[in-house]
Amino acid sequence: MSLIVFFGVNVIGDPVDMLINPEADQAEIERTIRALGLDKPIHEQYLYFLKGIGSGDFGKSFIFGEPALKLILHHMPATIELALVSLIMAIILGIPLGLYAGLFPERRSSRLIMAGSILGFSLPTFWVGLMMIMLFAVHLGWLPSTGRGDTAVFLGIESSLWTRDGLSHLFMPALNLALTNISLVIRLTRAGVREAMHQDYIKFARAKGLHPRRVIGVHLMKNILIPIITVLGLEFGSLMAFSVVTESIFAWPGMGKLLIDSLLQLDRPVVVAYLMIIVLFFVVINLVVDILYSVLDPRVRLKDQGS
Amino acid sequence: MSQAAGLLVETPLQRFRAEFRESKIAVAALLVLAIIVLLALLAPWITPQNPYDLAQVDVLDGKLKPGSEAFAGYTMWLGSDGAGRDLYSAILYGLRVSLTVGLAAGFLALVIGTAIGLIAAYSGGRTESLIMRAVDIQLSFPAVLIALMLVAILGRGIDKIIIALVAAQWAYYARTVRATALVESAKEYVEAARCLGLSHARVVFRHVLPNCLAPLIVIGTVQTASAIALESTLSFLGVGLRQTEPSLGVLISNGFEYMMSGRYWISFFPGIALLVTIVSINLVGDQLRDVLNPRLKR
Repeated sequence: MSLIVFFGVNVIGDPVDMLINPEADQAEIERTIRALGLDKPIHEQYLYFLKGIGSGDFGKSFIFGEPALKLILHHMPATIELALVSLIMAIILGIPLGLYAGLFPERRSSRLIMAGSILGFSLPTFWVGLMMIMLFAVHLGWLPSTGRGDTAVFLGIESSLWTRDGLSHLFMPALNLALTNISLVIRLTRAGVREAMHQDYIKFARAKGLHPRRVIGVHLMKNILIPIITVLGLEFGSLMAFSVVTESIFAWPGMGKLLIDSLLQLDRPVVVAYLMIIVLFFVVINLVVDILYSVLDPRVRLKDQGS
Repeated sequence: MSQAAGLLVETPLQRFRAEFRESKIAVAALLVLAIIVLLALLAPWITPQNPYDLAQVDVLDGKLKPGSEAFAGYTMWLGSDGAGRDLYSAILYGLRVSLTVGLAAGFLALVIGTAIGLIAAYSGGRTESLIMRAVDIQLSFPAVLIALMLVAILGRGIDKIIIALVAAQWAYYARTVRATALVESAKEYVEAARCLGLSHARVVFRHVLPNCLAPLIVIGTVQTASAIALESTLSFLGVGLRQTEPSLGVLISNGFEYMMSGRYWISFFPGIALLVTIVSINLVGDQLRDVLNPRLKR
């Protein structure tokens, strides 16, 4: 994996052209090339790179002159904040809507919800983001269109969740990022509800004369939440990846925007480091979700012991 | 009984058509799609200007509102962009690029994915588990990430984008084909074909493959739509197609900088075109899924 990414990225373009002042003389060009280590053959560069990774060093950014890893870690909190908020949005919007559509499948409003969820799937994220900017920022002027607002430190965490300005900046990008997942949660919840309503344990709970609220809130939710949590866990990785698009539109200073900027400026070490980190992220998330799954669902554990 | 059925016999194609027509929305979507393709094909003959012929573009026409009159005398119903191109013309030319990329990527991914899936299903053993492991790994990453990674490696341009899209999508086809082919291979007609002493290639291509086509068509439509969306996303981010290969995504990206000053139309109209294309392909795909799914057969 590291091999493919490293070699691949290092074949494109010549960063020297991008970086050096066009009026620089030959001696200065030579000096820069040597300083960046670009004069060495590519396999030597790769070995050097591998050695660096071993000690957590992905090389220095050509543009910023800082270690690539530090640069990415510096941008990471903004992305994680965005991804977490949109995950929460997906849950608090998606589950009630899905529950409603599942409990009353024949109502017109339910059909509307389902049609909306199809749109949420098929519309390109970036286009919806643009429309949101157009409507809320340019036309109505309710929300700021770009950037991250003020941040404050609370409970030792620096986040824009703690300030009004920060929240108003966060709302649009987070909703934009959440759209696909809201649709996903709606569909999962609806399917889960419709399946579970015919199960014996629901019928039994009703026959016992339990209040419908208790049947839905306890008996039903407990069972449909498992697949939703699993899928959302896996989706967290996708959110981090998709934030590339959202961050570019809303100029959110996170990892994704850093990646696009670095790609456009041929800042190789940052691109390589980003790709390695995001792959690592995915592997870890998949592992954690797998473990969580068996913790949450006793059936999975029993099956494993049986075989 | 066979005689009674004989009276009502209809070819599979007829039945397919009748079932497809049951959904009015799907028929409408198919119609819209046909119109879009037609518009894209006829673009040079039905647009007032070739937006990429510098002789026909006048910078003085730049950023005109929808409905304004261009210097050359025709009306720009959808306005013009920053360089003075008529947006209606630019959108039709952009549709050509977007559809070409989407169809080429969709078709290539279909062929490659199908071939790999068939190999996996037919050879079994270690080859199969190796291929399927690769498919699983790939499917656990979102397509946009894989495409971005490849674009980072390959660079920009139409051919490279197609490669990136194919690489991001082949696994969907491979997984489906393998699953279907495994089911089909276990059936008697395949066994019969083998007993006749037919060659492996003939059994796979003439007997197994035709019976795997239904799910492939469904995935093909949906994946083509997502290829178009993915291409426009990459182009919007500035890492997809170049300005010289203006797809809808590139047009939207060009209009982005004018958005803040209230000149909405430059990215709004190409976006609508993109949207209508993607949604209508998806609607057709949805109906195909319902019609072709053997589990729902009445």
